[in-house]
Amino acid sequence: MSLVAAKGPRTSIAKADVAASLSVRDVTVAYSNGVVALRDASFDLGPGTICGLVGVNGSGKSTLFKAIMGFVDPRHGEVRIAGLPAAEALKRGYVAYVPQSEEVDWNFPVLVEDVVMMGRYGHMNFLRIPSAEDKRKVDEALERLGMSGYRHCQIGELSGGQKKRVFLARALAQEGRIILLDEPFTGVDVKTEVAIVDLLRQLRENGHLMLVSTHNLGSVPDFCDHVVLLNRVVLAAGPTARTFTQKNLERAFGGVLRHFRLEGGELHADEDRRRVTVLSDDERPVVFYGDERSDEEPLHRKNREDES
Amino acid sequence: MMDVWDFVAVPLSYGFMQRALVASIFIGAVCSVLSCYLVLKGWALMGDAVSHAVLPGIVIAFVLGLPLAVGAFAAGLLCALMTGYLKDNSRVKEDTVMGIVFSGMFGFGLVLFTKVDTDQHLNHILFGNMLGITARDLVEIGIVAGGTLLAVLAKRRDLLLYCFDPQHARAIGLPLRFIHYALLVLLALTIVASLKAVGIILVVAMLVAPGAIAYLLTDRFERMLVIAAAVAIGSSAVGTIVSFHVDGATGPCIVLIQAFVFLLTFFFAPRRGVFALRRA
Repeated sequence: MSLVAAKGPRTSIAKADVAASLSVRDVTVAYSNGVVALRDASFDLGPGTICGLVGVNGSGKSTLFKAIMGFVDPRHGEVRIAGLPAAEALKRGYVAYVPQSEEVDWNFPVLVEDVVMMGRYGHMNFLRIPSAEDKRKVDEALERLGMSGYRHCQIGELSGGQKKRVFLARALAQEGRIILLDEPFTGVDVKTEVAIVDLLRQLRENGHLMLVSTHNLGSVPDFCDHVVLLNRVVLAAGPTARTFTQKNLERAFGGVLRHFRLEGGELHADEDRRRVTVLSDDERPVVFYGDERSDEEPLHRKNREDES
Repeated sequence: MMDVWDFVAVPLSYGFMQRALVASIFIGAVCSVLSCYLVLKGWALMGDAVSHAVLPGIVIAFVLGLPLAVGAFAAGLLCALMTGYLKDNSRVKEDTVMGIVFSGMFGFGLVLFTKVDTDQHLNHILFGNMLGITARDLVEIGIVAGGTLLAVLAKRRDLLLYCFDPQHARAIGLPLRFIHYALLVLLALTIVASLKAVGIILVVAMLVAPGAIAYLLTDRFERMLVIAAAVAIGSSAVGTIVSFHVDGATGPCIVLIQAFVFLLTFFFAPRRGVFALRRA
């Protein structure tokens, strides 16, 4: 019995067993021009989590991603992934990254299946020759994202939503337990957004940890169970219900958000004293009912899938 | 039919023409494979910079009695490293830095050259001397070009990922910095192998044109490699033979043919050509 276990594909067993976790401890990142992009950032995330990363442009979201992936060395502090130093965890393929669409050269001569296969490189030998298992994982990932019919398309021929799915399929094929998604909802259609959120929820069920940077404030309470609010420092981090409050959002965004408050005569002709506050960062807004600067939970839209 | 045969056979009845043909095909092959990466990575100017920067290395190697290829390689790499250092430590953009570094090194090389009595002709260094290639040169070119070609082909997928999506490469733990410098080293080696044949000035054409032509013809990287190699080897063979008949310099003839093929592709490529795009 023990023999069988020892002879099995040990790496993949270890990978499935490893608990996804991300620990950012006192991380300070300064660039060579002297700008401190992130100061003393600390938070912890465990397995089975979808965490929204929210903040204005320049608040350090991409810097945080870069620090997690070892693109920038923190001046001090430490990132640990699945209990390991970040570099070691990356080498083991624990971390998958889904880039922003603007970062990809869509004219590059690669097909959809080539891109997804790149997710398997970490599992391959020195010459990166795909095994039967690699091919099977690529097929599965394409199937799961509904992209099997497009596998021989050059990536530039796809729509915005399909482009996003390709890179999600790559993350799936990689089988990383921790998935970083940079603005996954920018420029995608509603159908793809629903599909992405569904997929993230399934992955959460399987114990994956996802960190999602987004401007789409309105959908954060829909699918994120944790939130990190960033503005050069970590303003707040924790479960969405406690953290994603109007008060915290106003701290995170200062005067940058569009702010609409509807009350009294604007809203009703009667004596109803309730009011609605709408905060928008240009995409889907977040809506709060009730008093000013409430600490209440924002509105959920659980059934948006049915509406669309 | 006899005429076509003679057109090819007459030049190849000379030993120097046979060596020129073999050398140009070797060099065409290795340059074309590398050109695919340079075109996709946007490193055309880097190819130009490294090739110009080898001049002082050649002169200094001559003075020190070292093989010229060693000096050329060291100087080419130094140019790439200095460019990287200056870019990382100032607000000036990479292409600007590169322009300063390589022209500075090239100027330094020219000054050195006039001060030092060498047995080399400046014209041969600048424009190559395909017809003067000796059997020993051929062996040297074969080793450097063959080794470089093997290395690039063996690691072609990692290099492709590095060009396409360095962040993903990083995320799966590939040694990004190592791949970056490996590509620079391979570029410098390719330039060193090509120097005797096409010279410092024209090598950049061999390092860009085949990749650019193939890029217009296909959407698959593996095919791009094959097309680029076929174009480069074909141009090398045709250019060498034609140069004999028009009594022109061989390197420039090859480069001219590649430029002509690029123009043809630019206009008539089935899907990405100007006419095809206009019809679509």
